[in-house]
Amino acid sequence: MSKPVVATASLAGCFGCHMSVLDIDDRILQLIDLVEFNKSPVDDIKTFTKTCDIGIIEGGCCNSENVENLKEFRKHCKILISLGECAIMGGLPAMRNGIPVKECMEEAYYNCPTIDKNDPKIMPNDDELPMILDRVYPLHEIVKIDYYLPGCPPRADLIWEALVALITGKELSLPYEVLKFD
Amino acid sequence: MADITLTIDGKTCKAKPGQSIVDAAKENGIYIPVLCNYEGLKPAGTCRICTVRVGGRFMAACTTPVGEGMIVESGTPDIEDMRKAIVEMLFVEGNHMCPCCEKSGNCELQALGYRYQMLVPRFPYLWPASQVDASTPKIFLDKNRCVQCLRCVRGAVTPDGKHVFGLLNRGDRTAIAIDHALASKMTDEMAQKAMDSCPVGAILRKEVGYVVPIGMRKFDSKPIGSDIGQ
Ligand code: SF4
Ligand code: SF4
Ligand code: SF4
Repeated sequence: MSKPVVATASLAGCFGCHMSVLDIDDRILQLIDLVEFNKSPVDDIKTFTKTCDIGIIEGGCCNSENVENLKEFRKHCKILISLGECAIMGGLPAMRNGIPVKECMEEAYYNCPTIDKNDPKIMPNDDELPMILDRVYPLHEIVKIDYYLPGCPPRADLIWEALVALITGKELSLPYEVLKFD
Repeated sequence: MADITLTIDGKTCKAKPGQSIVDAAKENGIYIPVLCNYEGLKPAGTCRICTVRVGGRFMAACTTPVGEGMIVESGTPDIEDMRKAIVEMLFVEGNHMCPCCEKSGNCELQALGYRYQMLVPRFPYLWPASQVDASTPKIFLDKNRCVQCLRCVRGAVTPDGKHVFGLLNRGDRTAIAIDHALASKMTDEMAQKAMDSCPVGAILRKEVGYVVPIGMRKFDSKPIGSDIGQ
């Protein structure tokens, strides 16, 4: 049997969840034996080259590019996992939810303490830049998500156990220490 | 008066007349989760986490006194799922960013989330527009995290009977508020007491924080209720 194919991405996240994947320590060698990576920052493959069995996503959606990326993942992955608080509920970026986008942008680019009051006020508006969304969206509000692994970041043991359970079909045990929201 | 005999989830329990089902269960080694109930305060029955079934009817176990021969169902799958749903509702009704919350690890709402293995709330997030009131000298009042349990309203009372905290508005616009004149006279002890009594991170003392390291906080390794029963 060919190895299950895994793809990962960081959307509006800090890469801490990916760091936690690496935090499985030497089990990373077993992981390489168990699965093959496709599109992922782990191997730097930028585009999907085949259908994947498992897609793992950290970070919520804060801009149009995140949404396109997420939909792309849903299209190419049989199973999609929300990894971490940002993916599950928006996380820290979602602290802007409830504040109008205009106010956020002006705070960031016009009024923040590190901006010289004498400089011209410039709002980034290059066509290349993705559009910022009205608020930060949890992944499951945009596409169907199959599994959720909470934590900021999720404990390495939780990620490992969940992956092994998915790949081998054995039941996932959730010891108290591994399921945390922080 | 003679003891009362009742059964909770099939276990025969002894209780004192007038005792609430929650307290009776506790004395008999059975944990019924609570969020608004707090030792030393008159039960308010606001959160409904302690819902049990007695004679086919749902009631709040913190406000219902025990009765002779009562048959109480508490840990059944349907009741436990209802409690889980309440926890999830409280998460989506506020803005709970656990990773940056000072109460994380010591928070009773979060601990119930852990106990019920909440992976994601079944309800959509509401993102209510709430504010932090940092205008008083001793405490922050972060309304984003308030679960309206009324522990502070009932507990933080001045020696002459005035309430430091109160509720504003009604329905889904209900919000916790603070009496600024009274709060400006709060001592460190009163502030600490208010913070300790708040089940979540809505009342926090100023100038102290993150005192207990991760791993040693109240609910890092022991589930809420594990000191009482299963
Ligand atoms: S959940 Fe935490 S670790 Fe993961 S992306 Fe968000 S902030 Fe980073
Ligand atoms: S109050 Fe509790 S549930 Fe809310 S953010 Fe803080 S730790 Fe999380
Ligand atoms: S501030 Fe805390 S104690 Fe007061 S009602 Fe809100 S959650 Fe309860």
